[in-house]
Amino acid sequence: MKLNLKIWRQEGPEAKGKMVDYPLDGVDGDMSFLEMMDILNEKLINEGETPVEFDHDCREGICGSCNMMINGEPHGPQKLTTTCQLHMRKFKDGDTITVEPWRAKAFPVIKDLIVDRSAFDRIQQAGGYISVNTSGNTQDANSIPIEKSKADEAFWSATCIGCGACVAACKNASAMLFTSAKISQFALLPQGEVEATDRVRNMVRQMDEEGFGNCTNTGACMVECPKGIKLDNIARMNREYLKAETVA
Amino acid sequence: MSALVKSSLARKWVMALSGLFLVVFLTQHFVINITSVIAPDTFNEWSHFMGYNGLVQFVAQPILIAGVIIHFVMGFVLDYQNRKARPVKYAKFSGNANSTWVSRNMIISGAVVLAFLGLHMYDFWVHEMAYKYVENKPEDPTRYLPELKEKFVDGWRVAIYVVSFVLLSLHLWHGFNSSFQSIGVKSVKKGDSLRKVTYAWAVLIPAGFVFIALFHYFNHIS
Repeated sequence: MKLNLKIWRQEGPEAKGKMVDYPLDGVDGDMSFLEMMDILNEKLINEGETPVEFDHDCREGICGSCNMMINGEPHGPQKLTTTCQLHMRKFKDGDTITVEPWRAKAFPVIKDLIVDRSAFDRIQQAGGYISVNTSGNTQDANSIPIEKSKADEAFWSATCIGCGACVAACKNASAMLFTSAKISQFALLPQGEVEATDRVRNMVRQMDEEGFGNCTNTGACMVECPKGIKLDNIARMNREYLKAETVA
Repeated sequence: MSALVKSSLARKWVMALSGLFLVVFLTQHFVINITSVIAPDTFNEWSHFMGYNGLVQFVAQPILIAGVIIHFVMGFVLDYQNRKARPVKYAKFSGNANSTWVSRNMIISGAVVLAFLGLHMYDFWVHEMAYKYVENKPEDPTRYLPELKEKFVDGWRVAIYVVSFVLLSLHLWHGFNSSFQSIGVKSVKKGDSLRKVTYAWAVLIPAGFVFIALFHYFNHIS
């Protein structure tokens, strides 16, 4: 398969970037997208050029590192799939593929396709946890009975891998799907009730401070999320926040 | 509480609640206007009541104007902030792959509706204020239907009304059901009965207004 790649190249955070064309031959349909990028980088190194920098780690669809805007969609055209799990058989011989980094004020470009997603870490650190005394007398979480449907819902919210595709897909660069999933995974469980008020307040405040946009309910985040995180989380966050700011 | 006022979620609540308030107003407006087609005397009677009832004029009307201003101002504020959140645009952005054009372009449909509102206020509200408070003309409970018909004589004005209501319909198609998501009532999903009701309302009410405009226009030229 022969492809024409159009890839964003940017030397560093302050440098001015541009789209660069890279023709690439010998791509196999069974390669993953990242393997295709590896082939390109080998070629660039052999030609004495700087390889394209991109984030990756597990290559199993669970670490949330491999963030690329492929042909205008986060993680490419296949739904419920991360870039590392996307295979080149989804493309045709002669295709032009545009590859860009996530675009958001809160996700500044570090180099080429790598963006700084530490804004997500700070949102998580603002309240996305349960304070537990680990002195040795900690109660086993399984000893607290939890309704199966709620446990399942909390689990599905917790499957968010924090890749940032929701922000990338949203026309407003909003982080509400991520933040709401991280709030929901605790809000649905009795262990999360104790700190529920501070959690939602602090995480929403941090999200706003990071400079993400507002949610206008287009639903693009849910459609592009590789883990299928649902919009129900955002509705739940809206409820939790109002409760925290008015009743609590 | 101060954090609530400044937060992005509070802005969503303001947009949603002011939008839902305007949905209620639009329904009431339609109910009165459709009587101009099916019961002209009732139209005059109800219009006269709305025009001279103190509660409507000095309580409901200012609240309505405030609701309209809040909705539009907040819409432009949100759009400005959202544009700032992505200073560098994508070279390629496939929005149609994950969302509807209507949901992504509420600012366009909203701006058209705002422009239409300017014309509409000039046509009816400014005239009404001048009649009552500037020219100090006497009460005339029979003047409303002729005044309405007079506005639908010109084809260009009717065309503007029709186009504006199509854009209003698109605006409501996304905005009405999305407001329930914003206030956290529930996540309105495909196939959900609440979603079906909001879609039906978003089509039928603007279509009804279009019908009223066309009815009076074609009655005039025939």
